Amino acid sequence: MTEAPAEFLAPRRRFQVLRRLARHRSFRIGFVIVVLLTLAAIFAPLITSFDPTAMRARIRFRPPQEAYWFGTDNFGRDVFTRCLYGARLSLTIGLGVALLSGVVGTAAGIVSAQFRRLDAMIMRLMDGLMAFPAIILAIGLAAAMGPNIGSLIVALSVAYIPRTARIVRASALVVRELEFVDAARVSGASSLRIIWKHLLPNCMGPLLVQLTFVFAYAILAEAALSFLGIGPPPPAPSWGNIIAEGRDQAVDAWWIMFFPGLAISLATLGMNLLGDGLRDVLDPRLKVET
Amino acid sequence: MTTPLLAVRDLTVQFRTDAGWLTAVENVGFELGAQETLGIVGESGSGKSVTALSLLGLHAASTTRLPTGSIDYAGQNLLKLPERAMRRIRGGEIAMIFQDPMSSLNPVLTVADQISETVMLHQGLDRAAARKRAVGLLDMVRIADAAHRVDAYPHQLSGGMRQRVMIAIAIACRPKLLIADEPTTALDVTIQAQILDLLRELQAELGMSVILISHDLGVIAEFARRVMVMYAGRVVEAAPSRALFRQPMHPYTSGLLAAIPPLDHDVTRLSTIAGSIPDPARRIPGCRFSPRCAEVEAACRETAPDLVTVGAGHLARCPPRLHRMAAP
Amino acid sequence: MRMLRRLLLRLGQAIPVILVVAVLAFFLMHLLPGDPAAVIAGPEAGAEAVERIRRQLGLDRSIPEQLLVWLWHLAQGDFGTSIIHNQSVLQALADRMPVTASLTLVAFAMTIPIGIVLGVAAAKFRNTWVDSAVMLMALIGVSVPGFWIAILSVILFSVTLGWLPASGYVPLSEGVWPWLRALIQPAAMLALFQIGFLARMARSATLDVLDQDYIRTARAKGVSEWRTIAKHAFRNTLIPVVTTTGIILSLLMGGSVVIEQVFAMPGVGRLIVQAILTRDYPMVQGTLLALAFLFVAINLMVDIVYTWVDPRVRYD
Ligand SMILES: Nc1ncnc2c1ncn2[C@@H]1O[C@H](COP(=O)(O)OP(=O)(O)OP(=O)(O)O)[C@@H](O)[C@H]1O
Ligand SMILES: [Mg+2]
Repeated sequence: MTEAPAEFLAPRRRFQVLRRLARHRSFRIGFVIVVLLTLAAIFAPLITSFDPTAMRARIRFRPPQEAYWFGTDNFGRDVFTRCLYGARLSLTIGLGVALLSGVVGTAAGIVSAQFRRLDAMIMRLMDGLMAFPAIILAIGLAAAMGPNIGSLIVALSVAYIPRTARIVRASALVVRELEFVDAARVSGASSLRIIWKHLLPNCMGPLLVQLTFVFAYAILAEAALSFLGIGPPPPAPSWGNIIAEGRDQAVDAWWIMFFPGLAISLATLGMNLLGDGLRDVLDPRLKVET
Repeated sequence: MTTPLLAVRDLTVQFRTDAGWLTAVENVGFELGAQETLGIVGESGSGKSVTALSLLGLHAASTTRLPTGSIDYAGQNLLKLPERAMRRIRGGEIAMIFQDPMSSLNPVLTVADQISETVMLHQGLDRAAARKRAVGLLDMVRIADAAHRVDAYPHQLSGGMRQRVMIAIAIACRPKLLIADEPTTALDVTIQAQILDLLRELQAELGMSVILISHDLGVIAEFARRVMVMYAGRVVEAAPSRALFRQPMHPYTSGLLAAIPPLDHDVTRLSTIAGSIPDPARRIPGCRFSPRCAEVEAACRETAPDLVTVGAGHLARCPPRLHRMAAP
Repeated sequence: MRMLRRLLLRLGQAIPVILVVAVLAFFLMHLLPGDPAAVIAGPEAGAEAVERIRRQLGLDRSIPEQLLVWLWHLAQGDFGTSIIHNQSVLQALADRMPVTASLTLVAFAMTIPIGIVLGVAAAKFRNTWVDSAVMLMALIGVSVPGFWIAILSVILFSVTLGWLPASGYVPLSEGVWPWLRALIQPAAMLALFQIGFLARMARSATLDVLDQDYIRTARAKGVSEWRTIAKHAFRNTLIPVVTTTGIILSLLMGGSVVIEQVFAMPGVGRLIVQAILTRDYPMVQGTLLALAFLFVAINLMVDIVYTWVDPRVRYD
């Protein structure tokens, strides 16, 4: 056998994958949710005419009503508007974490698989990182690096890199042992070429699935960190810090914290559905990973 | 032959798949007397296992349309039997051994657990008595050092020994009928012969009827008095083995005969029939073997031939061959 | 004998991980932008105070030197000292651990049976409404932020209905029932995500097992459907499930940081958060490290349980 197995990037298979995804029910629901939320975040200024940070003392604590769908908070800011703008920050953080941990995790996993001498070292480092509960590690890192979006993305990424690296390494090891890769190696293909042509394409499926879940965890983790006061600082709204700010009024003005929580749940649900669909189609054997 | 032990008539089994209903077995029928042996032969995917599993009602209810036809066993139609009654038959009256001894035993239970479970269930033995019985059964299937081996886990045994354990489980309650679904396919040749010898001895000792399923007409010929050849879910020929060998009345049977490996060779692939068994989801007009048949005629592709009697106890589904035989 | 050897092997493998963890925790302090001593002392501190902290933490030495000192202290069981309370990290942990351990263990005790039962039931009734309902609940469980649902739960069960205390912790020494009563709500909220996670995982594990040939063998023996699941499938389902219990405990402990905050419980989570807010970095560093060590130990225990569940590992 000298031919590569059906690879994710091969055009024919890619088309088939897309068709199966389009028919997958939870993928479709997840896709619609995520697209709608993304559009809402991008076009926030067109959807609402309020300013997310401007305070208006006269309309404090208004319950949900026609003018203020999600009510107003203790500074008279429109909660709906804040949720829309908050989506920008929360989704950016989710995407940033997925991308950063994806790139670094893939690099670490591929290097481990291809250069066996580095394997033990990299994997011990990953084991070390994994020994910390992910959220606690992120808390420690975010606190050390200071409360801003950049450090939050880095902190959460570090927490999720080890799992991504392990998944990539496992898939890369599978192809590495196949005959056609051996053949390529024997015929003098460079390491880089083997990585690019054989190892990477084979990791794409499981990697994409994993990153979808990482995106979901990152949204939840951002919210948790903001709640603890280690997230992106107010007044710029993120879903997490709206809840944190609304918490003290939770009993009398439940809407302030209720709606952003709903938004987080919806976004996470969407990403999870998307991930389930991708997993079923791309990699039926993959188990739920954290 | 008076009333047979088992009479299957018009058995049809359909499965739900992504592509719709798939007919895996269609109008299969046969009879089996007490202490008789029937061989079922055919290539992979011809419906042998589906037929066998139907006898025990072991198809998953969620993906199987209720099988039609009838399976008469000891005066009752197994297809109509309620689940509870069926459970008493399974393992008690009709037992089955499977193709892959590596995966057919539960990896987390000891041999003793797995054998005693059957006798505790069907014969109400207590744990200690069941264990004693398990040791006796291991002796019976010629496992050396049975008293120790009984406490082993499956992964500690070789493939041949695991299949012996499977046989011990199957014969534990002295069933009237033993179904062996390719019991030797996964084993190497020398072990194959031992297992078949063991089955033969046990059959004589216990007076069971046996249905032996195999790819290999050679194995069947040695073992069974009567042979049923299946192709694409249907019976294409059924005959006493001698008659079948002397004069196969279906080109598919001829192909299988030509593919019997010489005695001293370990060849498992059928090499002489060109092409492969059709995808059961695809409907083939006329005779299902026609796309691969060397003797195909125009009519074969249009009308599906019936199974007709062509000799004493000899049925076949190929009119052209019959005509050629009749007109010298 | 084999088991002992395996255990020793695992212990041996844990040592490099412990070292890596110690070094990682060391560098955490050096992630602080700028001069760590100045950051820790705070913006209002004078030069003298900064110097004092620098000397107190040994930050005036070279980094390799500092690392060696750090490891040397660890080897003697010294995880550092708070610069705010002048209390050792281990002492602070010992004060707070009962709270977090109670919370985590009660949540764990809820997660394992509920998650497994739901997952197995969903698999058993695959493609029926039971399956759909369980999987929908599980999906919601892994999608909803725990602290948010916890606040809502407090509003409903504590504020409105008054059934359960809204906050605080009661030590076990004051009786099992008061202890449990204070823990039920936070633990349930903490367990929610893990129950969803475990149910999803147990379902797919059970589906895998139900597809196996030995399940068909059991049915062919005349074993009842219920017994097939309980005796033949379940133990095999447990094998992959056991390997995730370590992750589950780790996630529970992580989640407890947030839940302790919601319910104002004086546990390790609050200790860490307070330490962060007061820039007590030696405390942050020490507690993180201690927790990581705890998890290395837990994973070792999981490994022992695993050998007990899977005879294939036990014997070779
Ligand atoms: N549960 C099922 N659902 C759907 N299709 C099935 C199911 N069981 C069997 N089939 C299909 O029915 C056909 C007959 O299968 P069967 O297992 O009886 O073949 P077989 O003759 O035993 O072959 P082998 O020699 O490989 O065991 C195959 O095409 C198979 O794919
Ligand atoms: Mg078969």
